Amino acid sequence: MIAIIDYKAGNLTSVARALQCIGEDFLITDKIEKLEAASHVIFPGVGAAGEAMVYLRRKKMDVWLQNWVATGKPLLGICLGTQIIFDYSEENDTSCIGLVGGSTRRFPAGMQYGGRSLKIPHMGWNSVQLRRPHPVFQDIPAGAEFYFVHSYYPAPADDSIVLGVTDYGIEFCSVLAEKNLVAMQFHPEKSGRPGLQILRNFCNWRGDDI
Amino acid sequence: MISKRIIPCLDVRAGKLTKGIKFKGNIDIGDPVEAAREYYEQGADEIVFYDITASSDGRDIMIDVVDRVARTIFIPFSVGGGIRNLEDMRRVIMAGAEKVSVNSTAVANPEIIAQGAQAFGSQCIVLGMDVKKVAVTDKIPSGYEIVINGGRQYTGIDALWWAREAEKLGAGEICLNSIDADGTQDGYELNLTAMISENVQIPVIASGGAGKPEHLAEVLTTGKADAALIASMVHYRTYTIAQIKQYLHEHGIKTRMLW
Repeated sequence: MIAIIDYKAGNLTSVARALQCIGEDFLITDKIEKLEAASHVIFPGVGAAGEAMVYLRRKKMDVWLQNWVATGKPLLGICLGTQIIFDYSEENDTSCIGLVGGSTRRFPAGMQYGGRSLKIPHMGWNSVQLRRPHPVFQDIPAGAEFYFVHSYYPAPADDSIVLGVTDYGIEFCSVLAEKNLVAMQFHPEKSGRPGLQILRNFCNWRGDDI
Repeated sequence: MISKRIIPCLDVRAGKLTKGIKFKGNIDIGDPVEAAREYYEQGADEIVFYDITASSDGRDIMIDVVDRVARTIFIPFSVGGGIRNLEDMRRVIMAGAEKVSVNSTAVANPEIIAQGAQAFGSQCIVLGMDVKKVAVTDKIPSGYEIVINGGRQYTGIDALWWAREAEKLGAGEICLNSIDADGTQDGYELNLTAMISENVQIPVIASGGAGKPEHLAEVLTTGKADAALIASMVHYRTYTIAQIKQYLHEHGIKTRMLW
């Protein structure tokens, strides 16, 4: 059973509908005892880091996520769920969960591309250059694009966990992977067929990074 | 680098398309969910639904349409028309829409933009603007005026001022419709689009006037738009979205080519 963590951050139903479409059983919950029974956990989210962390701490979900990752079972971070697994986020000057060393940073003002200033948020379809193969990206064609909506980006301290990068004025880490954790800045649930394939791969993944 | 988005627009009344679209095999279909599926499969980057239903019954039907669309396509889509308050926004977003757009409601009550952005995030709130070219005056220094009620009613509001104001209030995107170009299939209003796009930081979707792929190429380069709305040229199957994207791709405009 796939569990989607409900921490009142944005609309989780789009992730749920995508799982329905690929025929996966799932539950949406903020109850730790229900999460414990899951085989895979998805940590999604849209919204602001500060408010999300207040809720997660109140539910002791920050500590629970640390424990979950230590079990070796798969964890998928999406968008805000990726940004707040770091030590720190520049958004609302927030101390975060600390599953991954590094921080979430705001895009610098005044980014340019081809003589035009780039808009923030980075909203729309962009590609991901993978640095190495990963089971969760199996059967994803090179050049596939994914849907992004964000003003902050993941900046891991350890470069070796960067799985994929995306260019938007600066090159940033759009996917990171470390052991049984894979986390992406874009929304696979809104990224058409390649996005659904990523979710399918995640649900079939045992958490081994080879 | 980010791709330019191609966005078909579907007008819905009481749960049915107001103009049937030509489906595979040239069959006319009236179901917005099937139309959305068709465009999703053709490579649409996003879909805009415009609900022209006036009654409250019609809005309930639209919520059901939104829910079914959200189970069928896995790209972002927005819903506009009939959004009067935060509760209308919430229903549409909870039913599965990524974004809501407000147009005349925001003209009457600009605070709705700030309230929506506060409640759901700026990325959810699209300002729809219907614009007509007018003489440059002290009141309308840009020479473009905001109109409402399908272009019948002038508001005395300058389009450029309104775009900037909406951005300040927290709109995440502007869908800019030229009433003069709308329905002509003669091309987008490039001057208007470039002027707005250069003066706001948020993305601008150009709307009104698309008849052939060249028009999209123009508005996404000269017009500086981030996305282009299309209707008749795909509804009547003159072009498929895939053909339009192929044209843009061949002319050096980055669009999403794998879907």
